[in-house]
Amino acid sequence: MHTVTFSEATLEAMREEMRRDATVFLMGEDIAKQGGIFGQFKGLPEEFGVERVRDTPISEAALVGAGVGAALTGCRPVVDMHFADFITCSMDELVNQAAKLRAMFGEQCVVPMTLRAPDGITKSAGAQHSQSLESWFVHTPGLEVVVPADPEDAKGLLKAAIRSDNPTLYFEHKALFPVKGPVPDDDDFVVPIGKAKPMRDGTDVTIVTYGITVTRALEAAALLEAEGIEVAVLNLRTLWPLDYDAIADAAARTHRIVVAHEAVRVGGVGAEIAAFLGEQCFDDLDGPVVRLGAAHVPVPFAPALQEAMYPKTPAIADAARRLARREL
Amino acid sequence: MATTLSSSAGPAGAERGLGLLRTMVRIRVLEEGIEKHFLAGDIPGFAHLSIGQEAVAAGTCANLRRDDAIASTHRGHGHTLAKGTTMRAMVAELFARTTGVCKGKGGSMHIADFSVGMLGANGVVAGGFGLVAGAALSAVLRKTDQVAVCFFGDGATNRGPFHENLNLCAIWNLPAIFVLENNRYASTTSTAETMKITDVARRADGYGMPSAIVDGFDAFAVFDALETAVARARSGGGPTFVECKTYRARGHYIGDPERYRRKTEVEDVMSTSDPIVRMQAVLSDELSPQQFEHLWAEARDEFADAVAFARNSPSPEQSEAFFGVYAGDRDPGDPVHRIAARERDALLPFAPSVGTGSQGSGH
Repeated sequence: MHTVTFSEATLEAMREEMRRDATVFLMGEDIAKQGGIFGQFKGLPEEFGVERVRDTPISEAALVGAGVGAALTGCRPVVDMHFADFITCSMDELVNQAAKLRAMFGEQCVVPMTLRAPDGITKSAGAQHSQSLESWFVHTPGLEVVVPADPEDAKGLLKAAIRSDNPTLYFEHKALFPVKGPVPDDDDFVVPIGKAKPMRDGTDVTIVTYGITVTRALEAAALLEAEGIEVAVLNLRTLWPLDYDAIADAAARTHRIVVAHEAVRVGGVGAEIAAFLGEQCFDDLDGPVVRLGAAHVPVPFAPALQEAMYPKTPAIADAARRLARREL
Repeated sequence: MATTLSSSAGPAGAERGLGLLRTMVRIRVLEEGIEKHFLAGDIPGFAHLSIGQEAVAAGTCANLRRDDAIASTHRGHGHTLAKGTTMRAMVAELFARTTGVCKGKGGSMHIADFSVGMLGANGVVAGGFGLVAGAALSAVLRKTDQVAVCFFGDGATNRGPFHENLNLCAIWNLPAIFVLENNRYASTTSTAETMKITDVARRADGYGMPSAIVDGFDAFAVFDALETAVARARSGGGPTFVECKTYRARGHYIGDPERYRRKTEVEDVMSTSDPIVRMQAVLSDELSPQQFEHLWAEARDEFADAVAFARNSPSPEQSEAFFGVYAGDRDPGDPVHRIAARERDALLPFAPSVGTGSQGSGH
């Protein structure tokens, strides 16, 4: 194990996969000369050249479309979206092309494209630079969706996404880039797509979560431990294919489930999980499934407003506490 | 009417003309047959015909190697056949049979054949630009001399991806060729109503891309323009835009009542410009009427064989609806497979029995 930031962990993944496979290349805005807006691409053009680490015009539709075309013809493109919000400018390329082609063409092709999408709320970035849009893509057949929670996930899931023969969206929370954590030394370390990771055990309630909210759930669990409430935390890691077995297992173990994410609560991934629990795990549940997510509003600019509209550690702890105490 | 271009001259020109004519006749026979079988209810979904535009597909694909890529449109039967897909594989696909080139999962609007570099018809207007830019970029990164050709209509040039991808291919000097079939209509709306210019090739100027405007009814003219463009792309000279002035002799789709144009307009254009008639006129010194008739008879036999092949082929098993979406989803150990299998088990017992043909699609 060695300790690196989340950003450095993604850089290790890029470097290792580009060394391992000459068909892997990277393109996006401000990545080669500037090194990425979060420094997450620093040093890559020096090692791999500007043919494989390409600065592009601000043309999201062309980038994702060309990513699909390159993926269809023998390359493994990694396309950086700058901010996840800008995926909206390439929705046809992603939803009607990348997601559909393998099925529509009778499995003649694969689309091994990775889309890196820095998302989430941080530093008053405002309504058009703060969204978490993952549920749209979970809803779209043909795409894989992964969301790393820490440097280990960041490295292992990015490597898995690049090696996957399916189009994979990699949502990386902007506020996680400077966070440090341990990462295995093995060059071949990957986090399997489709498998959740239990982050801590507990007997009273499980918080099912992903991405940056894993950190907040772990903080909540630590707070509640002092109160004698034992909270398990399940890090989903992959949102599609969703690890339903791990979710069912959590229901069977703790009988009480909180689902938490930073994305808008309504129609979010938590809704799918709550529905699944209601359908498949009804007899295991001793209380309602509690869903926490952002309010159904655009993320506001003013720091005080921004911090009011999505659940952080206190809201998560409160839900888990009340559920454990059967107050819900 | 006779073409004056170099590729038509001499015995080599006659040989080339015969090849172009054969391709155009095969496309015409295929599409007239599709029209008939669609109206008879053998073909589900939508189908869009390119009758009148055959010279563009023939003249373009005659310049391409099997390993070059093309991306097509919803009006893509001609491109697909000209690039090398067999009529059997195409007709079986349109009839929604397992022996179709996409196993019956694509149909007319989403037909593809990766074995001949055909990256797909596309149900989204302007959907092919990115695929071609990416295929061209991929050719450069993999250090091959492959080229990629995008077929598109005038309507597609009003969408954003056209502009983004032309710019991208130009700045990166990619081996991409943009072949515009300006057939005067975007769906049911005249091009005159959707843009202020008559020569769409002017748009290439804005991206610093060389362009040519050719008579799209003249397969030799298309061939010559593409020969130049392909040579430029293959030798590292970058992308080219070729505008082919042509005409859509059928409605937007089979069944289109065509309220937006006079019946006589079609007759006027086709009586003077039908690309097949024109090529036959050019070749009339070299070929006898019997030889022309032989070409048509061959194409009709090929189509009849393809229809028989399709009719004798099975429809997909209904359990197929749940698989073939993700790489790996047929592996029982794969996470997506387990989810797909559960969905199959929930829905399949209630799946209605569905016959073949368009009467099978429904509600």
